[in-house]
Amino acid sequence: RRTTRGLIKQNKLVRAAALLILCSGFSLLCGCRGEVPPKPTGGVTIVPPIKPDNGPQAYPEAEKSNLPVFTMDYPRIQIPFEITLWMLLASFAKIGFHVYHKITIWVPESCLLISIGLIVGAIMHSVHEEPPAVLTSNVFFLYMLPPIVLDSGYFMPTRIMLHLVLWFAVVGTLWNSIGIGMSLFAICQIEAFGVQDINLQENLLFASIISAVDPVAVLNVFEDVNVNEQLYIVVFGECLFNDAVTVVLYNMFSFVAEMPVVEPVDVFLGVARFFVVGLGGMGFGILFGFVAAFTTRFTSKVREIEPLFIFMYSYLAYLVAELFAISSIMAIVTCALTMKYYVEENVSQRSCTTIRHVVKMLGSISETLIFFFLGVVTITTEHEWNWGYILFTLLFAFVWRGLGVLVLTQIINPFRTIPFNLKDQFGLAYGGLRGAISFALAFTLPDNIGRKQLFVTATIAIILFTVFLQGISIRPLIEFINVRRTNRNLGTINVEIHCRLMEHTIAGIEDLCGQWSHFYWKDKFMKFNNRILRRILIRDSRAESSIVALYKKLELQNAMEILDTVSGDISAAPSIVSLYEEKKSSAKPKKKFLAADLRNMHDILSKNMYKIRQRTVAYTNKHTLPNDSQTKEILIRRHTSIRRSLRPGSFQSTSHKYFSLPAGQSLDLKFPPARLSYTDDHETLSEVAYPTRRSRSGRPTRSSSRAMMPLRRLDTLTEAPSVDTVGDGGRITDHGVSRTNSSYSDSHVAPRRHLNSSNDNDSGSVDNLRNNHHEAPEEEEEPQPSSSSPVWAAEPRDGTTRNPLLRRPQWNPKKK
Amino acid sequence: MGAKQTRSAQKYQDLTDKTGFSPEQIKNLHKRFQQLSDNEETISRENLEKIPALANNPIRKQIIDAFFDKRNQHQNEVGAFQEIGFEQFLMVMSHFRPPTLKTTEEEREAMRKEKLRFLFNMHDTDNDGTITLEEYRKVVEELLSKSGAIGLEAAKAIADAAMLEVASTNVPHMAPDDFYEGITFEHFEQILKGLEMESRMHIRFLDVDTMTMRCGKSKS
Repeated sequence: RRTTRGLIKQNKLVRAAALLILCSGFSLLCGCRGEVPPKPTGGVTIVPPIKPDNGPQAYPEAEKSNLPVFTMDYPRIQIPFEITLWMLLASFAKIGFHVYHKITIWVPESCLLISIGLIVGAIMHSVHEEPPAVLTSNVFFLYMLPPIVLDSGYFMPTRIMLHLVLWFAVVGTLWNSIGIGMSLFAICQIEAFGVQDINLQENLLFASIISAVDPVAVLNVFEDVNVNEQLYIVVFGECLFNDAVTVVLYNMFSFVAEMPVVEPVDVFLGVARFFVVGLGGMGFGILFGFVAAFTTRFTSKVREIEPLFIFMYSYLAYLVAELFAISSIMAIVTCALTMKYYVEENVSQRSCTTIRHVVKMLGSISETLIFFFLGVVTITTEHEWNWGYILFTLLFAFVWRGLGVLVLTQIINPFRTIPFNLKDQFGLAYGGLRGAISFALAFTLPDNIGRKQLFVTATIAIILFTVFLQGISIRPLIEFINVRRTNRNLGTINVEIHCRLMEHTIAGIEDLCGQWSHFYWKDKFMKFNNRILRRILIRDSRAESSIVALYKKLELQNAMEILDTVSGDISAAPSIVSLYEEKKSSAKPKKKFLAADLRNMHDILSKNMYKIRQRTVAYTNKHTLPNDSQTKEILIRRHTSIRRSLRPGSFQSTSHKYFSLPAGQSLDLKFPPARLSYTDDHETLSEVAYPTRRSRSGRPTRSSSRAMMPLRRLDTLTEAPSVDTVGDGGRITDHGVSRTNSSYSDSHVAPRRHLNSSNDNDSGSVDNLRNNHHEAPEEEEEPQPSSSSPVWAAEPRDGTTRNPLLRRPQWNPKKK
Repeated sequence: MGAKQTRSAQKYQDLTDKTGFSPEQIKNLHKRFQQLSDNEETISRENLEKIPALANNPIRKQIIDAFFDKRNQHQNEVGAFQEIGFEQFLMVMSHFRPPTLKTTEEEREAMRKEKLRFLFNMHDTDNDGTITLEEYRKVVEELLSKSGAIGLEAAKAIADAAMLEVASTNVPHMAPDDFYEGITFEHFEQILKGLEMESRMHIRFLDVDTMTMRCGKSKS
């Protein structure tokens, strides 16, 4: 850890120093040079530093000489080049924060980004640089905003308590903008401040800008301290929705602000327009969402471009909505929401992952850039500082937020099963940080607004104030006032089972009471969905599609495991010593891996419950991918590490046994037992036959590429037997290390192995080698550690064969 | 007529004291009760089994059983009713009352325990104070019963794993030949210690009659 800290410091030093040198050296081209410094961390970007270095000098020289040996055309690439460098710098900053994790716990990421931006801005300012004019209104609305909103829309959990969220996001934002706008207008009447020229429309416009709350930072805190679910959901939903609301309001007010006189009719028209804009956007979104879903029905042959459809359709929805000047944000959010459900079933697992990653990546890059840019702009632009106006803005923003939360919760509390208490309200009110959207909106204000400078300054002030002060202090405060907390962690299987049990009980009792609940319409929709929509939009729509999906997932996972076996073995090959060391540590991964097992079990549980109504969802914040994909990745990685421990069979088979796929179609059972190899015939047979069997039983649509993996594996093993030897060595040592009490040896299997090992020379060196090592650890394969390892599933396979609790019928076939 | 009304008002008052429901809620529930029982004084199993909305619930049986379980009546009785009256109906329902802002910490704790007991009773069908593996399996099976082929097998495995988990958390040093005979209530509490019941085991009992609303909306 010390090294990482040092690294960061060094990093920053290097960055700052290099920045200074470079920036003072050549002041021709703007901030792009500033990005060069962080490059020392990445190996890819060796080229850029050279180019700008030579740029200014080489160019004029090239003009003089008649025969250019070396030419540069910087202006040609300037814009994309600079954009790339900006992005890189922002990304490096992000990496930097996460290298040393403790920073991000105490200081929100947005703070850090702004700080870096401030530093860069300061440097640029000191050399009289102008920030690149990247952030114009068009750029923002056409390129930077869509990814952010798509991100929110796409990752919005569908089961979020929509009414609650809408209430706070829409009504809350309206409340804030109108409240702040009005009171600021009142302030403007006071002559002492000298801002009489700001009229009501402009005030409202400004208020709508700063009423966009961006509680990403707060969400992180809430997540860490396990704040209770309701509060979390509300803040989360706010974070998703009020971008949209704000932009709609902003568009409306900026339209109104340009009108010289506002008549009462215009107010009504404005209100009407608000609805037209919002609902129209929704309509377009739904339309494009369905079209996108329908399109993906036919993309099974062109998997490569599958993700593209998603992005293009969403963007199209956005652009078309923009064309008609209706809420493009609403359009893209609803589009993403609508299609997600269907698309994710239609596209392949890989495309799905790609989509998620790209959406996330684009979104967070946009936001990072805005924050970063905010830092730069804060320093480099001219400010119009008006104490009165800005201080009152801060005050009103805070007061109206507090009031709004108070009033809105009072209104909604009677309708809630569990009302919000005062602490929740405080958390909600205090979580009102202003963020990237506000800044971007302010910065892209049309120039004909007289006090644009003041607005930008005030917006920056409020952002800095809330992000730094509230953002940093909210964690201690939340912990101090002890907001009601929940343990949202997955806990144990028992907990999961009982959660489900409770949900169903509640659902049943509710039905029994015959109470009309808000699930009623949802049920109706689900019926409609299952009967009609799914049939049209999804390629192979089946009633139990979730189970099919689960199978597919398992299948994929299995393939990954196989792939990892190969890579794991190879990578483990270089040194036995390191292997040996890894083995020691591999005792630990055991437990963690079981967490993945657990997760899968949760999956089964959650996916196979009948219409779960009040399901707690895995929420995600703006900066991270949702849990499931994350865990999948973790799972995969963990596999590699476990792979290296070269005890593959035991883990996989445990995991799969828990799934206990029906015997006929369990692909999984075939492979892990093969690795375990109770008999060698079985092993050879299953290994050879595996691919064919697999492809036969696997769904051809999904497993076409994966079916190759087992083959590859075979090849590698036969071609490079030495690899396996090393692996065997490792395996033996592994067993030596992890051997606990091998009191029980599998006597009826052992003799057979000896027999076979002499026989199977023809079946290839692999088996031979495998045999060799199996003789050593065979007693390890069937130990009885259930007594010694209290951890319930440390060795569930073995524990259960003896443990009277667990007589599992499905394990028997394997032994036959 | 008037006398009857005052009597029923009196009765509601009693029930309010006993169950903590508000008179309006009781009135609503009473309406529902009469609807379910075809205006009889008592409800039988068949009445409940006929509820169409319940048909898809995988643990329908357990839920209905819970209503006829004497243990859920707070009267230290065991066994099962054949038919239940409105009071018993309310008693069972009262397990799902949400806490209010006024509820104290101890009351919350008591409510939680009550709810846990309710769940435990759902498992423990033979009322021997322990949930055996068979009983546990049964419930998990029922839970998964609506999910097709994967259900049975997976249910067994999950119940087994869950049981093993309970065993290992509660009896850390078990000899290999030990037999963990079942989950006692203490163990049950133990394993669900971290679980927030507050937001899960609740129903919002409405003060207003929504049945007519529902009919109106579904027709429109």
